[in-house]
Amino acid sequence: MGKKILLEHINVPGIETFDVYRKQGGYTAVEKAIKTMSPDGVVDEVKKAGIRGRGGAGFPMGMKWSFLAKPEGVPRYLVCNADESEPGTFKDHYLMKNIPHLLIEGMIISSYALGANKSFIYVRGELMYVIRILEKAIAEAKAAGFLGKNILGSGYDLELVVHPGGGAYICGEETALLESLEGKRGNPRNKPPFPAVKGLYQCPTVVNNVESIATAAWIVNNGGDAYAAIGIGRSSGTKLISASGHIKKPGVYEIELGVPVEEFLYSDEWCGGIRDGHHLKALVAGGSSVPILPANLITKLANGEPRLMTYESLSEGGFQTGTMLGSGGFIVFDETACIVRNTWNFSRFYHHESCGQCSPCREGTGWMEKVLHRIEYGHGSMHDIDLLVDVAKKIEGNTICPLGDAAAWPVASAIRHFRDEFEWHITHPSEATQPGAVFKGEMALV
Amino acid sequence: MTETSTTVEFTPERLTIAQEMIARYPQGRQKSALLPLLHLAQEQWGWLSPEVMDYIGRMLDIQAIEVYEVATFYTMFHLNPVGKHVIEYCRTGPCCLMGGEEVYDYLKQKLGVKAGETTADQKFTLKEVECLAACGMGPVFQIREQYYMHLTKERVDEIIEELSR
Ligand SMILES: Cc1cc2nc3c(=O)[nH]c(=O)nc-3n(C[C@H](O)[C@H](O)[C@H](O)COP(=O)(O)O)c2cc1C
Ligand code: SF4
Ligand code: FES
Repeated sequence: MGKKILLEHINVPGIETFDVYRKQGGYTAVEKAIKTMSPDGVVDEVKKAGIRGRGGAGFPMGMKWSFLAKPEGVPRYLVCNADESEPGTFKDHYLMKNIPHLLIEGMIISSYALGANKSFIYVRGELMYVIRILEKAIAEAKAAGFLGKNILGSGYDLELVVHPGGGAYICGEETALLESLEGKRGNPRNKPPFPAVKGLYQCPTVVNNVESIATAAWIVNNGGDAYAAIGIGRSSGTKLISASGHIKKPGVYEIELGVPVEEFLYSDEWCGGIRDGHHLKALVAGGSSVPILPANLITKLANGEPRLMTYESLSEGGFQTGTMLGSGGFIVFDETACIVRNTWNFSRFYHHESCGQCSPCREGTGWMEKVLHRIEYGHGSMHDIDLLVDVAKKIEGNTICPLGDAAAWPVASAIRHFRDEFEWHITHPSEATQPGAVFKGEMALV
Repeated sequence: MTETSTTVEFTPERLTIAQEMIARYPQGRQKSALLPLLHLAQEQWGWLSPEVMDYIGRMLDIQAIEVYEVATFYTMFHLNPVGKHVIEYCRTGPCCLMGGEEVYDYLKQKLGVKAGETTADQKFTLKEVECLAACGMGPVFQIREQYYMHLTKERVDEIIEELSR
């Protein structure tokens, strides 16, 4: 299960430079695409590959590309989403910092396929040092004739612009990102119209995640069928997982989709297991927005079969016993972690990041944060638990963008699986508010 | 470091960079350069005063209010004077699992300030921020473009000492 597509050359010294990247076979995919393939031919390979968007929603990339409207005389845009702000997710940061040319190469191929002559990489502003790395890589690629006017003598022109955000999680949502790129507040737009029809500057636009776009080079070099052969079924290819929390080896790992969760968590090749002397208590598999699962549900499905790192297996059982692959932010909690405190922390995050356009999200996230704060600090009542469930339910599905759902799910799932821990905070406030206090009831430790 | 309204102007080097930034966007879409220019301005003045924001507005040929509404939306922009070093400390869950809260308490105690405050000697301003996309290397804080990762109390001592010199 060690197939590497994105990180194969990550440890080659100097891989961040054009020359070393090129020596490792870099930019051959640009040559192949531009010299021997039509734009639609590239789209077809990406479709065959079956790769699903790596930013969180998992929408098939080739299908998204084929929806792009192509009215005569109207520019089309490709925008790379490098806003990476979902708690627990740091893979795009790692990829761009270490192998910037992989993204640049992917941007050239993808822009060619979509017929874009100006494409943008929207990077969260905090990563200004990464922006400088990307700009250097772009200058190198341009000097070598892979960017700019008449690329490789083909008549195709492309300019890449790296754009900094200003610190706002919501700008990761694609329509908020487009607003932000236009120099406005990051308020998500109502859909429809979808970006494929009216996106940046009201022109047809594709927005894709860094990891999705970076995969394009391999797909062009090896063919869509070869990519589809990796992984399992509709979860084709490899995925970068950002692993954090109480594990021996936090970091970014590339896995073939289909690795059992248990193996990913305990094998020395990846997380290396729970830190010494501790046990797995809970896990968030796909970034803070996806439902948290207790230990007994994360490594095994409800029917006892092993749970796999795939879109399907992680969501098996719906929200009753399952979760989602999301952005691949794998956050591990051992028995020292307080679920109530973590839920309050995440709630504060969503409240802080709500753009404020829709009342259920703006008011609901603040309300949940307040109620969770009072439970955590020993002033809660039993009624508060049901109140939280009720507020979460009323946000879900009633907002312009999915941030509302993303705020509701962590709260609803924490209560679903760890209700006794919330109750303990309410019935034993003086114990629960001691520093480092954690509920020691019947936890399903593994 | 603040300058009075009459002298608000980019340095010649930054003016060139600003013009390049504006030229990256399509004709008539110069407003897109707003975030890049606000970052550039904050690099020069340390924070964004109304005079600086007005200057950026004139440069982009947009209303001042369009600059204010953007500057107030995004958390990276300082709308009040700040100390020499702004410490932006990650307070989000994954960093907390790595001991982020304990290190944060220690840092606050050491500097003698709470979130949002500046030390009496104007050297450090402390700000709480959300996840910085470095969770596996937590606890984390950022000062300008530099990430400080794997923080411990000892590491905090070293960093503060180094920057105090
Ligand atoms: C609140 C919110 C935050 C998001 N943040 C990101 C992000 O940081 N990076 C990202 O690629 N996608 C993010 N997304 C998903 C994007 O809206 C979009 O689906 C994605 O960029 C499409 O690219 P993909 O199909 O390649 O995954 C976010 C969505 C929401 C609702
Ligand atoms: S759901 Fe929240 S973040 Fe999304 S548009 Fe509505 S208020 Fe803004
Ligand atoms: S939680 Fe601190 S960097 Fe992600």
